[in-house]
Amino acid sequence: MLYFSKLRILFITIFSVLFILIASSNLFKFDDSFFDKKINLGLDLQGGSYLLLEIDNEPVIEQKLQNLTTTIRNYFREKNIKINNIKIENQNIFFNVIDNDKQVVLDVFQDENSDLNPYYPRFKSHQLEIEDTGLNFKVNFSKQGLIKLKTSSQDQAIEIVRRRVDEVGTNEPNILKRGNNRILVELPGLDDPMRIKSLLGKTANLTFRFVTNDENDRFGVENLKFENSLEEAKVSKRIVISGENLLDAQPKMDTQNNQTIVSFTLDRVGAKRFGKATSTGIGKQLAIVLDGKIISAPVVKDTIASGSGQISGGFTFQSATDLALLLRSGALPAPLEIIEERTVGPDLGQDSINAGMIALAIGFMLVIIFMFVKYKFFGLITNVTLIINLFILLGVLTLFEATLTLPGIAGIILTVGMAVDANVLIFERIKEELKDETNNILAFDGGYTKSRTAILDANITTLLAAIILFFMGSGPVKGFAVTLGVGIFTTLFSVYFIARLFTSIYVARNKDKEKLI
Amino acid sequence: MIAFNKYYNHFNLLSSILIVVSLLLLIFKGLNFGIDFKGGTLIELRASDSKINVSSLRDRFNQMDLGDVSVKKFGNDTDFLVKFENKDNKKNIIEEIKANLDKSFGNNYDFRRVENVGPKVSAELLKSGVIAISLSLALMLIYIWIRFEWQFSLGAILALFHDVIVTLGVFSLFSLEINLSIIAAVLTIVGYSMNDTVVIFDRVRENLRKYSDIKIFELTNISINETLSRTIITSATTLLALLAIYLFGGEILKGFSLAMILGVIFGTYSSIYIANTVLVRLRVSQKTVLREDDQK
Repeated sequence: MLYFSKLRILFITIFSVLFILIASSNLFKFDDSFFDKKINLGLDLQGGSYLLLEIDNEPVIEQKLQNLTTTIRNYFREKNIKINNIKIENQNIFFNVIDNDKQVVLDVFQDENSDLNPYYPRFKSHQLEIEDTGLNFKVNFSKQGLIKLKTSSQDQAIEIVRRRVDEVGTNEPNILKRGNNRILVELPGLDDPMRIKSLLGKTANLTFRFVTNDENDRFGVENLKFENSLEEAKVSKRIVISGENLLDAQPKMDTQNNQTIVSFTLDRVGAKRFGKATSTGIGKQLAIVLDGKIISAPVVKDTIASGSGQISGGFTFQSATDLALLLRSGALPAPLEIIEERTVGPDLGQDSINAGMIALAIGFMLVIIFMFVKYKFFGLITNVTLIINLFILLGVLTLFEATLTLPGIAGIILTVGMAVDANVLIFERIKEELKDETNNILAFDGGYTKSRTAILDANITTLLAAIILFFMGSGPVKGFAVTLGVGIFTTLFSVYFIARLFTSIYVARNKDKEKLI
Repeated sequence: MIAFNKYYNHFNLLSSILIVVSLLLLIFKGLNFGIDFKGGTLIELRASDSKINVSSLRDRFNQMDLGDVSVKKFGNDTDFLVKFENKDNKKNIIEEIKANLDKSFGNNYDFRRVENVGPKVSAELLKSGVIAISLSLALMLIYIWIRFEWQFSLGAILALFHDVIVTLGVFSLFSLEINLSIIAAVLTIVGYSMNDTVVIFDRVRENLRKYSDIKIFELTNISINETLSRTIITSATTLLALLAIYLFGGEILKGFSLAMILGVIFGTYSSIYIANTVLVRLRVSQKTVLREDDQK
């Protein structure tokens, strides 16, 4: 156990120096990109916001089912099958057909090439499930259908979220999917997430619809509230244009009456429709509806064929800027809810870094003094090893650009405390060996060999705990698992290679000395 | 040599009492779950005006109809921790609170940290915390089962349960907050306690092979003594490191390091007085180890 070949010594030296260099790249700037890496600071250390958003898919499902009722009716009308009593209840579509048609309907829904009910060969499942309850047919989304729907609305939502966050211009946001209905947004350096929160909280579903008094409007009417007052108005469900027709939107100052407005440009389809609607609807009120509330309902005075227009509604410059931003980035497919938020101010982050570093320095000093007092020269070896170990640990974290959190710093300090364990086990064993063995080299060799299983066991148990924490923990706690886990490997390396190398050199030179340890 | 074995019965009784008391505390008093596991809102606030203190803050917050509000000093005199349930999960609660506080205190305060955990997330976090701890206990059990004879596994696992239950019992007794970092601490305790037990067990097994005429009662005592200096040194350095975190690592790490300190103390104690006594009570002998050796 005490013999080291030259090649091995070289390898150990290169390895240690390499990681020390990488670790020091956190302090100095290297030109070489390989060394120019830095440990990422977690949000709890650099300050910032962590938002977990959940997509509320209920409205999407409702909407899809609503559309499906029409599709089903039309599809079977072509086949001369009359669909009766079609209705939606608890996310199920119910309908009747006459008994003779029942089999045809079932066949259509179960046909793998049906365009009414797409089939996913990979999952061996249709989008929709149909069940004959005896009274009527019950159609609903299959498990796979629901998953497809959720992932597709998640894909759309994450795109919109990204656009909105980018428009606000925070540095290096981190936007990730979580499960199939959640989105994680990490915004480093942002200590007041209020604006982003309010931007993400809006669906931004914009429609232009005529105000009507005609209860028998062919498309139906609904009562909508105004955004800035308690008034209500009856609005047709027919959509003239929607947010999808928008090419651009910008906040502007209306010089005529000193109001802040949002001006918009429409795409070709939108411009055409808008022109037609404004020409036939002169004198009528056109309501601008955002997320179910009327922003304003100006009276159409002229035909607008230019494909551009403006929205007024008592905006401040900020609210106009935000509305324009929302309209530019598009509507979310479904409402988002912030179900978890953690924000740390930058000064608290800095305080945490300082406290963590002070604790690390003091913990380190205490351990080093203790080890030196207890083991003298071998304490010194342990301490030098411990310092190198710390650098290698930081080097590994830097190499993988790991995220360092406050609990992560605690993990490093704990590693310092526990790292001496392996050396202690070895030294204590050597002491025992020396009781009946006069040959120093044999005693040291025995000490290393006989303590090995205990050291391995001890480290594997800690590693198991760290691995579970890594997979089950979130955010800052994950950082703890990383430093604790990596610390185990660097500790074993430094104990078995570096400390053993020092020990073997020392023992070889003092072969015949008594009471070596 | 210290006669640890003289007190096996005494400490077994003490541990049994500790476990029963802890369990009673956990069942009847319960744990003080933080917002991570209970849901709710937490605000860490720093004041630059002496008018802002616990009672004036409590007055303000109580007027806002937020449900149960707790206001506490956090570390020094200018920092406060406010927690409330946010039952209705109101959306713009932080903005409302800010507006309200501005009226009384102007700009003389600053939100340093805001955490808001919805009921769904807190339920999930609690579930995954429980799973994590159970999983780690199970993994340890499997590991030790592979490495040692069943008598040893039983001893180690009993020691583990003791450490986890009594640590949580202390948290319950003093109503210390259980949050995500406490789960991390408990998992580390599980690892540490196991580590400590395994080192002594390793020696017990080695000695069992070596001496056929020494009874397990004596043998455990010899093994404990042989590994004692290691036990003390490792516990001491680990405790020194943890003490540094507890005293200098800032308020956020206080609970975490306290749990770890308790765990290391209980872990060291239980390796000696629970794990080993199980071996004694199960009358482990040289045969136990040799039989297993034959099978391998």
